[in-house]
Amino acid sequence: MSSSLAIERDNILKLFPDTFKQARKSRLKGQIIFFLIILYLIVGFFTLDVVDIPKKWKPQNAAMFALDTYAHKDHVTMKWENHDDIKIAFEGNYRSVYGRDNLDKSIPDWFYKNSDNVGNVVKFNNKGKAILYKDRVEIVNFPKYERDFTIKLNTNGKPYLVGSEDLAEDDLKGFRITENRVEFRPTLYERIQVYPRKVEIHRYSIGWKYFWFDFSSPLEPYSFFEALGLTFSKERVVPEMSNLKLFFTEIKDNEAFMHGRVWWAMLETIVMAVLGTMFATVMALPLSFLAAYNVTPIKALRFTLRRLFDTLRGIDFLIWSLIFLRAFGPGPFTGIFAIGFTDTGTLGKLYSEAIENTEKKQQEGVQSTGASKFLQHRFGIIPQILPIFVSQSLYYLESNTRGAVIIGAMGAGGIGLQFLGALGTGNDFENVAYMAILVLAVVIFMDRLSAWLRRILIGSDQLIVR
Amino acid sequence: MSKALPANLEQIEVNLKKLTNQRTRSSLLGIAILILVFFGGTLVSLEANAGSFGRGIANFFNYPRDLFVDTFEMGWKYWPRVIKYIPELIITLNIALFSTSIGFVLAVIFAIFSSRNLIRNKRVIQFTKFFMDVTRSFPTLIIAMVFLYLMGKSSLPAVIAITIHTAGALGKLFTEAIENCDGKPIEGLSSVGATWTQKIRFSVLPQVLPLFLSYGILRLEINVRESTILGFVGAGGIGELLAALIQWNYGADVLACMFLLVGTIIALDYLSAYWRHKLIGVNQ
Repeated sequence: MSSSLAIERDNILKLFPDTFKQARKSRLKGQIIFFLIILYLIVGFFTLDVVDIPKKWKPQNAAMFALDTYAHKDHVTMKWENHDDIKIAFEGNYRSVYGRDNLDKSIPDWFYKNSDNVGNVVKFNNKGKAILYKDRVEIVNFPKYERDFTIKLNTNGKPYLVGSEDLAEDDLKGFRITENRVEFRPTLYERIQVYPRKVEIHRYSIGWKYFWFDFSSPLEPYSFFEALGLTFSKERVVPEMSNLKLFFTEIKDNEAFMHGRVWWAMLETIVMAVLGTMFATVMALPLSFLAAYNVTPIKALRFTLRRLFDTLRGIDFLIWSLIFLRAFGPGPFTGIFAIGFTDTGTLGKLYSEAIENTEKKQQEGVQSTGASKFLQHRFGIIPQILPIFVSQSLYYLESNTRGAVIIGAMGAGGIGLQFLGALGTGNDFENVAYMAILVLAVVIFMDRLSAWLRRILIGSDQLIVR
Repeated sequence: MSKALPANLEQIEVNLKKLTNQRTRSSLLGIAILILVFFGGTLVSLEANAGSFGRGIANFFNYPRDLFVDTFEMGWKYWPRVIKYIPELIITLNIALFSTSIGFVLAVIFAIFSSRNLIRNKRVIQFTKFFMDVTRSFPTLIIAMVFLYLMGKSSLPAVIAITIHTAGALGKLFTEAIENCDGKPIEGLSSVGATWTQKIRFSVLPQVLPLFLSYGILRLEINVRESTILGFVGAGGIGELLAALIQWNYGADVLACMFLLVGTIIALDYLSAYWRHKLIGVNQ
């Protein structure tokens, strides 16, 4: 059986030698291309320093960044020289200090006097405690640690861990001891630092605290829904304004998350995308007719317009936005015109190709009734291409929303610039996360909106090309 | 029959009128919404813009004119400048090409796991689709900025950001391509007892590969633009150079960079149109 198959195969090979030679040739071509791609990837791997990722990747930084995006912390600070005055501040901000009289803000319940009535206790979420005394800090009751620790100042005023010489390596995990600092950080959520002058404790909890109402807001004691409920009650929280107004102004003027400013910036970005796309559509529509050979007989005009589209598109929106930034200054106009100019090129090209691909018969039908050229185009071409126009413009609306964020970050304002600002401060990572989520939500919303509009306007949510 | 015709015609007339009215109404509504959006947007822009609109229009040509004047003053010394910046351009191109290749491979994997005709498990499909949606929707700039912050200045954040975005964007297109491909070759291979991988290799891949490559080339063109922009915020290449030159106000050099960029993008535009035409025979 197999030998007869082999004979047959040999016969076929003999009969069509050219065909098989070609097949081998094309296979060889494919292999060479594959080899070249692999070679390029290896070259790229080294020229772009991809090998350095482990070296550049600082897990500590990344962990801190990630932690700060979903958690908040309270700082407890005690100066050795004045050990009775312990300051508890939200995120270490001097404007958000608990227990300060004028703010009428009570001390949180995880901070209290110890049972011996001398020390002050900071209790962490994992039940571990740090007890602050006049001359020492005791670290008590931490899970996974079998003993308690004491940190004191020596005669030179430097901090040291009492009995650290007798401790095994394993007991010392979580400690980082240098000449001027003893740090205890068993997990990311607890951090105790002892310096020659002061003790600083960071206590992390999960969640975005003060997301709706900031630290000093009169509505802070209430949750969002409680505050919403209050807007229906007659009793005013503050005498100056109604509860409803207070509710909105307090959210808008939130100092931690800056809702008012962020939402305004988001609106600016959306306006850039929407008006930019509208501008491009309005500009491209007549120009594309002039650039289509079945509408315009003048070859020179068509050629000029085609090259104009290429140039507008080729000068990327990066360069357009640089030029407009000089002219209009930071603001949505820069974004609108940068997007508008680039997309006039893109849409003009796509539209004119769509016009050239229309069926000729409908136009001829209109022509046969003796209609003028204008009416021929109006009733012969436009009904055919309208769905393509709408589909393309809506498709670009979505990608322009992303573009508007980028233009904003290069200086035109909007959410992009706010994002850069928050990232640049180096510690407002919850704002960074908030804005990233907002941008993500808006882009997905625009995507869905344009798909929905396409569906109700032209009955299909796929991008129609022709 | 001939008697029924007039009545029928009347009915048609009435229906036509109704439809026309309905259409006019919805068109007017659409136009009204558009005008509303336009004016609302203009109000927001006027409120938010730093400089006034009129002055902006008047100043529009100032900057390009300054750039050209600077360039003409340099005379023949100008061209060595342009050549001097080509290595930076190559870095940008390298970032784009490398991340497009890696993103392409990832996108193929995603697409296989989110195509209804290849995977039976609905959960897997939904999860992959959602994952692609998320990676696609983040502007590359945001991912790149975060990685720049975490890893320090280098080209790597740009590579990571573009790769992530490319994987999502191409993955979606690839999924559509796979789901729209002809099912008969798959059935044929099933009938001779081919395994899942063999089915993909010999029935799906030959059908979709030209389309994949075509989309990939289009993405490469977009990614060159993206990597320039990411350079602008600190990821190296010609973008970073351009940002610095603009800050120093070296008009002629700025124009040199812009020329290089525009030339590259237009060249890529034509090249990708040509390649794609060769691959799938359509100029789209």
